[in-house]
Amino acid sequence: MQKQKLSEAAVKQIIEICDRHANDKTPLMMILSDIQKEYGYVPIEVQELVSEKTGISVAEIYGVVTFYSFFSLKPKGKYVIGCCLGTACYVKGAQQVIDEFCEILGIEPGETTDDGMFTIDALRCIGACGIAPAVTINGTVYPKMKVNQVQEVIDEYRRK
Amino acid sequence: MSLVNIKIEGIAYQVEEGLTILEAARRCGYDIPSLCTFNHGQCSQGSCRVCLVEATGARGLVASCVYPVAEGMEIRISSPKAVKARRVSVELLLSNHNRNCQQCSKNGHCELLNVAQLTGARDGAFKGKKTSTTYDELTPSIVRDTSKCILCGRCVTRCQEAHGNGILGFENRGFETIVAPAGNRSFADSPCLLCGQCVAVCPTGALMEKSEIYKIDEAMAAGKHVIVQTAPAVRASLGEEFDMPIGTPVTGKMVAALKRLGFEKVYDTNFGADLTIMEEAYELLNRIKNGGTLPMITSCSPGWVNYAEYYYGDCLDHLSSCKSPHEMEGAILKSYYAEKNGLDPKDIFVVSIMPCTAKKYEKERPALKTKGLPDVDAVLTTRELGKLIKRSGINFHKLPDKEFDQDLIGLYSGAGVIFGVTGGVMEAALRTAYFALEGKEYGPINFNEVRGFEGVKEATFTLGGKEIKIAVAHGMKNAKPIMEDIRAGKSPYTFIEIMCCPGGCINGGGQSYVRPSLLIDEEVNIIDTYLKRRAHALYLEDERQAYRQSHNNPQIKQLYADYLGEPNSHKAHELLHTTYVKNRERFK
Repeated sequence: MQKQKLSEAAVKQIIEICDRHANDKTPLMMILSDIQKEYGYVPIEVQELVSEKTGISVAEIYGVVTFYSFFSLKPKGKYVIGCCLGTACYVKGAQQVIDEFCEILGIEPGETTDDGMFTIDALRCIGACGIAPAVTINGTVYPKMKVNQVQEVIDEYRRK
Repeated sequence: MSLVNIKIEGIAYQVEEGLTILEAARRCGYDIPSLCTFNHGQCSQGSCRVCLVEATGARGLVASCVYPVAEGMEIRISSPKAVKARRVSVELLLSNHNRNCQQCSKNGHCELLNVAQLTGARDGAFKGKKTSTTYDELTPSIVRDTSKCILCGRCVTRCQEAHGNGILGFENRGFETIVAPAGNRSFADSPCLLCGQCVAVCPTGALMEKSEIYKIDEAMAAGKHVIVQTAPAVRASLGEEFDMPIGTPVTGKMVAALKRLGFEKVYDTNFGADLTIMEEAYELLNRIKNGGTLPMITSCSPGWVNYAEYYYGDCLDHLSSCKSPHEMEGAILKSYYAEKNGLDPKDIFVVSIMPCTAKKYEKERPALKTKGLPDVDAVLTTRELGKLIKRSGINFHKLPDKEFDQDLIGLYSGAGVIFGVTGGVMEAALRTAYFALEGKEYGPINFNEVRGFEGVKEATFTLGGKEIKIAVAHGMKNAKPIMEDIRAGKSPYTFIEIMCCPGGCINGGGQSYVRPSLLIDEEVNIIDTYLKRRAHALYLEDERQAYRQSHNNPQIKQLYADYLGEPNSHKAHELLHTTYVKNRERFK
């Protein structure tokens, strides 16, 4: 695994986040969650720093980061396309929808386009079964998504 | 202690309240197949489902390793439902397991194969995809092969339990879950101490030592002068490789076996241990006298040296500069011994039999070479020696007792023997320091204050009119608070012994496996008592020695008179002392 050196600003930011939760009883999830939101991803170099600050072993932190799909080891794109593949969405054709996103963007679920614009995430039930199949892009919900709408949605974000 | 009434297969028993069904059943003479035969199910989350039984009051089948007994409980181990469930559990484990059992070095000690036989699991009952695997053999010490891993988590627990922050953990989720150092890196790229505690508890061949038996074959075939030395702890465990009760001292048979294996000389590393004590005790006295860095910490344990270099790079001045005993002995073999016997050091091949996997790495440290030659050429674990003896067709049980070679070096004191148990190096050093400072031997000989298996032992002695406070720690979890005090400049101690493995070398990562499920003749609490029994074997050998203190070993005296001059002399420094790596990277 290639090791990247963290920038000074990044180190400062991570330490600030760790200190924020210094008095929490079980701070790890909160720290990782804030890092994911504010730093954008949780690479192993960041985990080592969190380990030093909290005394929790890197092995355990890595285990948590790779267990929850919310955390990512690699930077995510500017727009994160979340395709729900829960039961209701699946029977309403969500697989075809996500396949279309993958085909057009040329990436697999979990990956990010080379230009850093899009990441595709496969989600398990986001609780919006009434509007299946559901897609979310940076929090905006696209209800009853159809395969032939995918190109249009991507173009909309490319224009932004 | 209150008792509860239970029934197993309809027969009534009284057992202690609070026991798990598995523990209760063992006390009643039943052996439920299980994969968590390790410190009272400490590691188990009941996840392997191998020990399922029927119990009244429970919904469905229960995992007996975690389910407690209750008043009036009726337990069925052999009902068709329970028998089938256990078999299917094992078949599921086998379905994702690399079943090349014949080539597997764990064969004979494999707990998965054992439960497969016990439950009647069929080969290939479930076919399908397998989890992608990793094979890591980049360190000289440990091989990790995840194709054999059954995700029991024993290694994760042991690493954490022994060293505080473990380096192994579960990664990914679901079918892709593996056990690995963070990021599935090699042990070589993580702050692994290479102590082998994970190897000692792995039920399958997923974690193994890296074998060096072939190196001995090569050296002998090349006509080298192959000398073997054995660490003190090995004799307390080797018998277990041949199904002898734990703690059977087998010194004489071990020597006889080594002689039959064709080694030119069979020496005891205890000679090196005596030499270490001379150098270390005088180093300590010099530091006290001349205002050197205190507390001084022992440096015999290569796992501990790794830990110090990774985590306390700023405190390395506290480590004794002494090489570990087998390295000292190797250096003497390739200098003093070579000169006296008219041999070229290049033709000498030194093999160390050690209870340790970290020693395999230690021998390759650049600072442990003298004039370009490594002090030690190959390191075998106790288990590997067992294999070598079996491979050679030697019937260990029928061997006569033989004595170590003691022609030029090799004579040893009782102080050297006890190096193998936590507190032993401290006790040996105190015996000699007492003599040096008081001008007479310590009357009772034994320093009982530093014996036993408490995590940290402390004691205060008045030596030469000075109060000396000492500490003994084993397992890095116990060493950490001591090191934090040193870093903060508030350590109250003068001298500290630190051993990497819990219990010291008798519990080293290269010692015989202690597997209650494969030791059905042993007492039920063997996992709690085996350390004491191995330690007893060493203390017994100490008591039997003609010399009990390192400085009274006549060959050690001779070595100083003939060759080294005095302890810590220039020559001694050249051969017997080493340096440490200050900024060793924890992650590459």
